[in-house]
Amino acid sequence: MNDRIADIWGERTPHSKGTVWPARVDLRLDDGVNEADVDRWVQSACVLCSNGCGCDIAVKDGKMIGVRGRASDTVNHGRLGPKGLYGSTPWASSPDRLTRPMVREHGQLVETDWDTAMGRIVEVSKRLLDENGPLTHGFYTSGQLFIEEYYTLGVIGKAGLGTPHMDGNTRLCTATSAASFKESFGADGQPGSYTDIEHCDAIFLYGHNMPETQTVLWARILDRTRGEDPPRIVCVDPRRTPVAEEADRTDGVHLAPRIGTNLALMNGLTRELFVNGWVDDDWVQAHTIGVDDLRSTVESYTPEKVAEICGVDADDVRRAARIFGESDNILSTVLQGFYQSHQATAASVAVHNLHLLRGMIGRPGAGVLQMNGQPTAQNNRECGADGDLPGFRNWGNPQHVQQLADLWNVDPLTIPHWAPPTNAMQLFNYAESGSIELLWVSATNPAVSMPESARIRKILSGPQCFVIVQDLFMTETAELADVVLPAAGWGEKTGTFTNVNRTVHLSEQAVEPPGEARSDLEIFLMYARAMGFTDQDGAALPSWSTPEETFDAWREATRGRPVDYTGLSYDKLRGPSGIPWPVNEQAPTGTDRLYTDFLFPTDTDVCETYGHDLLTGGTVTETEHRAMAPAGRAFLKGADYTPAHELPSEDYPLLYTTGRTVYQFHTRTKTGRSRSLHRAAPDAWVELSTEDAGRLGISEGDVVRVESPRGAIEVKARVGQVMPGAVFAPFHYGSWDLADVAPGDQHRQANELTMTVWDPVSKQPYFKTAACRVTKIADAVGPSPAPTTAASAPAEAAASQVPATAGGDPTSSVLVPTPHYVNDPSQMSEES
Amino acid sequence: MPHLSTYVALADRSEQTLAESLRAIGEGHANIADVFHMTGTLAKMSDQHREQLAPVVARYGEDDDVDEPERLHAAGLAEARDGEIGLLRDLQDLHVLATLVKTTWTVIAQGAQGLRDRELLDVSQAAMAQTDRQIRWFETRLKAAAPQALIVTPKPAAK
Repeated sequence: MNDRIADIWGERTPHSKGTVWPARVDLRLDDGVNEADVDRWVQSACVLCSNGCGCDIAVKDGKMIGVRGRASDTVNHGRLGPKGLYGSTPWASSPDRLTRPMVREHGQLVETDWDTAMGRIVEVSKRLLDENGPLTHGFYTSGQLFIEEYYTLGVIGKAGLGTPHMDGNTRLCTATSAASFKESFGADGQPGSYTDIEHCDAIFLYGHNMPETQTVLWARILDRTRGEDPPRIVCVDPRRTPVAEEADRTDGVHLAPRIGTNLALMNGLTRELFVNGWVDDDWVQAHTIGVDDLRSTVESYTPEKVAEICGVDADDVRRAARIFGESDNILSTVLQGFYQSHQATAASVAVHNLHLLRGMIGRPGAGVLQMNGQPTAQNNRECGADGDLPGFRNWGNPQHVQQLADLWNVDPLTIPHWAPPTNAMQLFNYAESGSIELLWVSATNPAVSMPESARIRKILSGPQCFVIVQDLFMTETAELADVVLPAAGWGEKTGTFTNVNRTVHLSEQAVEPPGEARSDLEIFLMYARAMGFTDQDGAALPSWSTPEETFDAWREATRGRPVDYTGLSYDKLRGPSGIPWPVNEQAPTGTDRLYTDFLFPTDTDVCETYGHDLLTGGTVTETEHRAMAPAGRAFLKGADYTPAHELPSEDYPLLYTTGRTVYQFHTRTKTGRSRSLHRAAPDAWVELSTEDAGRLGISEGDVVRVESPRGAIEVKARVGQVMPGAVFAPFHYGSWDLADVAPGDQHRQANELTMTVWDPVSKQPYFKTAACRVTKIADAVGPSPAPTTAASAPAEAAASQVPATAGGDPTSSVLVPTPHYVNDPSQMSEES
Repeated sequence: MPHLSTYVALADRSEQTLAESLRAIGEGHANIADVFHMTGTLAKMSDQHREQLAPVVARYGEDDDVDEPERLHAAGLAEARDGEIGLLRDLQDLHVLATLVKTTWTVIAQGAQGLRDRELLDVSQAAMAQTDRQIRWFETRLKAAAPQALIVTPKPAAK
């Protein structure tokens, strides 16, 4: 029986390069239940990170009581991580679930029935439409809903109401991933595949603490690095994460750039490819545009200059570049350390540049994984409930808008397309100024997760905006709403979603939702019917009612686009494994990796965007794009490094960065209600380097005040593994589980300190570039609650005082015969 | 070259005016975070153009004391207007100032061609390309802001 709190990645199943990743089934059931006691197993996939592990939900007596990995699934080969094992089901039967709608009466939220709650929403909505039109309406969703829900909301917003104000918290987590794809390749779409891990010679992880954010994917990498002919690991991270340790083990490199300087480092690496002759000139000539501009942009970034800007060793820059320049096959992965940091899109595009300069794309082992943070973030991008149009269509292309108008049978002028759909940060600006007067928040908790919390609380609680919140629990955000709607969660409804490497899974309903809770799809449709939205012929809009009907409608919306679902159906998704898109007549079993023909969706009539100035976000016009005649070639785009917006000063001498721990997800709505996960990371902390702690007279466990110009937290200090000059705080901890503490009165919410500033292209807010100061306010009465098992581990000197994090409920792991995975290149070579 | 130095002076002054105006507008709309930060970034571009022009000014002299043409300089923007409608007009004014900068560089680049002055040609062409980026951002931001500002009247209570 395995304690997966202590052993995050489980036992190793090492294997050699080019061979299939062995299968192993991980399982957890509630206390006292055996596999034989389970009434039913219901097919699904995990939603506690973006990895998308296939799993079956165990049901007994109408209750979800555990999960089991699906050995046949191409994503996880049966494995599950600690969050999935321990956090997938306990929340569902938590006594504090929302079970009835609530409305605000005389300042208090009181329970009511659906007719009253929806009646109030419709009354406000209709009044605002009459007074000022659809631009008064804003929708802020999630990376947690299903395809069917995003697409339905997208149609309601774009064709029913006609508002461009629609975005998701995906803006905070994955917007840069999408934006960087669009800039380089013309459209969103993950080029690489997890199977690249089996075939690569080096793996570069950029700002990506994969051991904590995607534990099962990291286990897959460990099974290579601990096997024969292992890949070398290069880690770019200001903290000494487990990735950095693996870099040491594999004779790789750990580069710890000063916070806010990623682009300078990337420009330095790019320059090394040019000056050392590691560029594949013929390939670049045939398949890219912009190499001369890129060369001149990076020309001045010598290793010495990079060392000075980033605070790294110039020889380490050379060594990392040499690994990139001389390895046969390289996989790069990118996450929040780049996406939520200064010059996000430019730095992420630079990762593509490195691959393009070496022609390192479109074959097994040579790939890019721009990661997502959330399980269904990809679908918000695909379905158009965020700042995109459905099917990766280009809002600047009238023909793309016409396609949607035809699909929905509405006037194309109804569909807002005069500018990019409104991004989340701007949406909250409009709600602040009162020009968005109805804000509908679904399955997300901006009061904790958005930057500058005090400002967000003020916007949500102020009289200028009518706020609707749709969620599983009374979150910090729901507490500020005018109407609260109880939603069904994962396992309580049916729908589909797509993981980081484009793999689509069906998640079937396993149990009934509690009380009067309803699925988000039902709620959106209830609103649409009550509003009486219709198409040009008077037919109901949206025209569908069930999840499967919605999926079939979505499938039609993808026809002919890069994100092609036309070969998929619910029946097909009930097979052994999730299936990666595109799935169509040419690729009936799905597609393991994109761009095997080096043909990118950059053609002016095809592309999702005409592109942007990476420094300013200024848009390229259609005419300019056409003049470049991209014709399927990828763009090489560069930008100069500029210093971050808030630099350390005398008053605020340290850099403040926020992030995650392996045991919690987001604002802990689900993971905080799991006994094992809660015990492993029960409360907030802040991490300091040994040097800074020593200088400030701070020891392990001391209570410290961390302050920025915008706010402060008071939490226990972990003397840990961050680079000197930097301070790390986990962003998971708000107030919902603190007795009698209002959202604004806690002292531990990391986003109290972060600033309202975002990337000019992806519009992703920068959570990792604020300045702060730290002062001790009380002596320790024990160690800080930070886990010891990964990047938050104590510094060596303090390690002996801190008990190791352990004590998860028992789970099991059983090796099983490795099945045949349809698109796996390791098994294809066995066959041939 | 009686008039080239006049135009060199005009470029210098216009860039200065644009940079100062960008900063004034940014400060005035500090509650709109992207406007605040991006106006600062764009102002630095104009600062940089002036630095690059400095050696040329040293060679030709900066002749700011001419009678021709009249009404040489455009006035800058001392302070921002209020609210979202105010932002639209401010962006329009910045666009006008930047357009003057751009056409000034165009005129100078033509002169540099005629004089076969490679340094001045490089400076003016590089500055022109950057001015295009400034103008492109004004246009992008205007387009995004216009519908909301024009159609939805913010409630005064929210200010």
